[in-house]
Formats: sequence, structure tokens, C-alpha cells
Amino acid sequence: MLARVDDRHQRTIHISIDGRAVEVRAGDTVATALLAADIAACRISAVSETPRGPYCLMGVCFECLVTVDGVGNRQGCLIEVREGMAIETQSRRREAGR
Amino acid sequence: MTEAGTERRDYDVAVVGGGLVGAAVAWGLARLGQRVAMLDEGDDAKRASRGNFALVWVQSKGLGMAEYASWTVRGSQAWPALADALSRETGIDVALQQPGGFHLALSEKELETRAQNLMRLHNQPRMVGYETTILGAADVRKMLPDVGPEVVGGSYCPLDGHVNSQKLLRALHTGLARHGGTYLPGRRVNGIATRDGAFRLSTPRGELAAAKVVLAAGNANMTLAPMVGLSAPMLPERGQIIVTERVAPFLHHPVVTIRQTDEGSVMIGDSKEEATDPAGMTFPINTVMADRAVRMFPRLARLNVVRTWSAIRVMTADGFPIYEQSTTAPGAFVVTCHSGVTLAANHALEIAPMIAKGALDESLGAFSARRFDARPR
Repeated sequence: MLARVDDRHQRTIHISIDGRAVEVRAGDTVATALLAADIAACRISAVSETPRGPYCLMGVCFECLVTVDGVGNRQGCLIEVREGMAIETQSRRREAGR
Repeated sequence: MTEAGTERRDYDVAVVGGGLVGAAVAWGLARLGQRVAMLDEGDDAKRASRGNFALVWVQSKGLGMAEYASWTVRGSQAWPALADALSRETGIDVALQQPGGFHLALSEKELETRAQNLMRLHNQPRMVGYETTILGAADVRKMLPDVGPEVVGGSYCPLDGHVNSQKLLRALHTGLARHGGTYLPGRRVNGIATRDGAFRLSTPRGELAAAKVVLAAGNANMTLAPMVGLSAPMLPERGQIIVTERVAPFLHHPVVTIRQTDEGSVMIGDSKEEATDPAGMTFPINTVMADRAVRMFPRLARLNVVRTWSAIRVMTADGFPIYEQSTTAPGAFVVTCHSGVTLAANHALEIAPMIAKGALDESLGAFSARRFDARPR
């Protein structure tokens, strides 16, 4: 389980991850929120169908792809959490245009 | 190791260029026991080997030079041996797949042009025999179920395939190191002199001496070749590629402008030999490429694009390879071509042994740059 390194007061944001209510902090990215919620694997890879999770946290590796508010395969590390945001992990691999 | 001012021959061969062509030759030489130095530019190099489309492609190559068609067919057939050797020596699977490839037509006129071009190619004197079949829409759909309604047919060649060219480059570099070869980045070669029976290459980090030198520096061969009495007329071109997000495998045969990688990405590119609609290229190329790709495979329209790039293609003046040893500075070779992926096995397994032996085989005579001198004015 990852722990936060600072205790600065940040506003609490309420989101859901796979339908579960989760409290995160303003300024968190979706990837940070996932890791803070102890979710290491957020999707299944397209070819090998193995679990993948946030890795580079800077937009390069494309491993932290999740569905955000109904839009699939978004880069969690590049999206800031918003009040009421619905995040879904991707348990099925991405298909082309289906 | 070598330092500036050193007088002895440090290496048997200095290979100038650390891209796919240079690395294939260098690895091929090192596994024969040659002491090899591979000189490369830095990470800021305009590296065609990082920007290419990674096809191992046969169909439609060689119009105007039948020997190039034979050489390409041989390369395609030798590729499995190359992939096996690299896997054994480095543990890197370069993801070679040779399921046969397509060129698709979006109109009857395109299909007719395609058929005529193939007929011209295969009717050439000395043309190697291999199968390329023109297929109608129904037959194409049997092998590529996802083609759109605008696809009227295409040509299929069972020799065509593709690899992961990033893994290929890494495997060649790893293999070179395993055989004791020396990789020297940050050494853009500024000059080559011959002194005391050795080639002396000057670089920003000092001089390096070698008994032989192989110029495999892509478009830079144009300026390097005259330093050792060779010539390499090059005509660099720009190519563009679009890459989508990774998706479950659905495209089981590469198309000359569209392929799905071993990791699930779809790459959309364009290819010089296959520019069927020159007028279309006057529009922004990405738009044309994407539009044609979506008409070929409508499913692509719903994929996210994750990156695009353009890269400079290595291209000789007539598009065919140049392989030659200098007559005025024996031991200096030029090895350059457009298709560093398709011809990787030829370079590693055929050209490298010839260079180690000291002479290119006479069968490669058609690839001499003397062909450019012989042109009627």
C-alpha cells in the first residue's frame, strides 16, 4: 500500500472507482487516485491479456489506461480528479471499433 | 580501446552508422570473429531506423532492376534464420511474422493499375519467379474480414511480412556487444584518410583506425563515400506514420500502408513504391493516409491516435541498394539501401562475410554505383 508523503491540507474530492465511493485529494491525478486506493492493475493488455497498471506517471508509457466518465482508454496520469468523476478499470481488452 | 593519435590498427573493421544497416553488417562481422567498431551519431541523429514502418516486403519491388527483386526475395526467405539467430544469441524476439501481405485497391482503376504494374515487374528479363496474386473483393475478405465496402480487391504475396524494428535494432546492438564488438556513439565521422595501410576516421572524440571501413550511414553516405573514392547518390525523402492505441489483434496480414504490430498498435504509413495516387499527396499527407486507411478498414475510425511522426527515408537516387568496394581505396565499402528491415538478413548473413573476406561477390555487380555513371545523357 502506498502512503502519501505529505499531510498538506487538500480539499477532499469524491469519486467512484468501479462503482465504489472513494475519497481522494484535489490535485490528484486519476493514476494517483488508483494507486492511493491500492489498485495496482487497472486494465488488461490488448495482446497478452495480462494486468497492467500506472507506471511512468508522466504520459509516456500508456499503461495506466482507464475508462473515465464513460470514455475508454484514457491516460489516468494526465487527468486530474473532479468531484463526481466515475473511473472504471478495464477488465476486458480494447477492441478496434467494436 | 582507441585514442586520438594512435598508430596501430585498432580494429579489423570500422562500421560507420549504427542504424539497421550498419548494425546488421557489424553484428554479422563480429560473429565471424572480426574486431568491429560501430561508430554512430548521438541520440539527436535523424534516425531512419527509429522511424520506419518495419515491413519485410517483397511484392512490387524491383521494377527497373530485376536483381533487386531476386535480392529481396532472398532476404525474405533468409529472415527466419536471422530472427532465430538473434533470439538464440540475445534472447530478443524481434516478432517476425510472414503471413503474406496485401496491397489493397479502393477503385477498379487502382486495381487495374496494380495488375499492370505487377505484370510489367514480372515480365522483366531475369525476373525471379514468385507468386503475387490479384484477388477480388470476396477473396480479400476471406483473409481480411474487416475490409470496408470500398475495397474492390488487391494483390497478395505470401512472402510479405513484418517485424518489430525497434526490437530488431536492439537485438543487433546487443548481439554486436555479445560478440565483443564496440559501440561508439557520439562519433559523427567528419573525415576519412588512408595512412600506413589503415583507414583513419576523424570524429569529435578523436581518431580511430581500422583495416577496413564500411559506410552504412544512410543518407550521409553521399558525403562520406567520396572520401574513399566511392559514390553514393542519395535522394532523401520524408515519410509519415500515424500510430493508434493498442487493441486486440484483428489485422492478421500486413497491408503495405497499414499493419498491426506485435504489441497491438496499428501503424498507418505511406510507402514510396506504393504511391498510387500522386495527386492525393498534394493534400496534407496525414489526412490522405488516415482517410484511405479508414476506407480500407472502417473499424480504424473509432481508434484513438496516440502519436504521429515523420522521418527521413534513406533513399538512393534510383531507389535500389548500393553495395560496392572502392577500387582506389580497397577495404572501403559502401552498403546503403532503402530497405534496412527487409534486407537485414542479406546484410548480416551475406554481405558481412563478403566484407570479412575482402571482396563483394560478383553476383552483386548490379548494385554498384557505376550504374549511375552509365546513364545516357
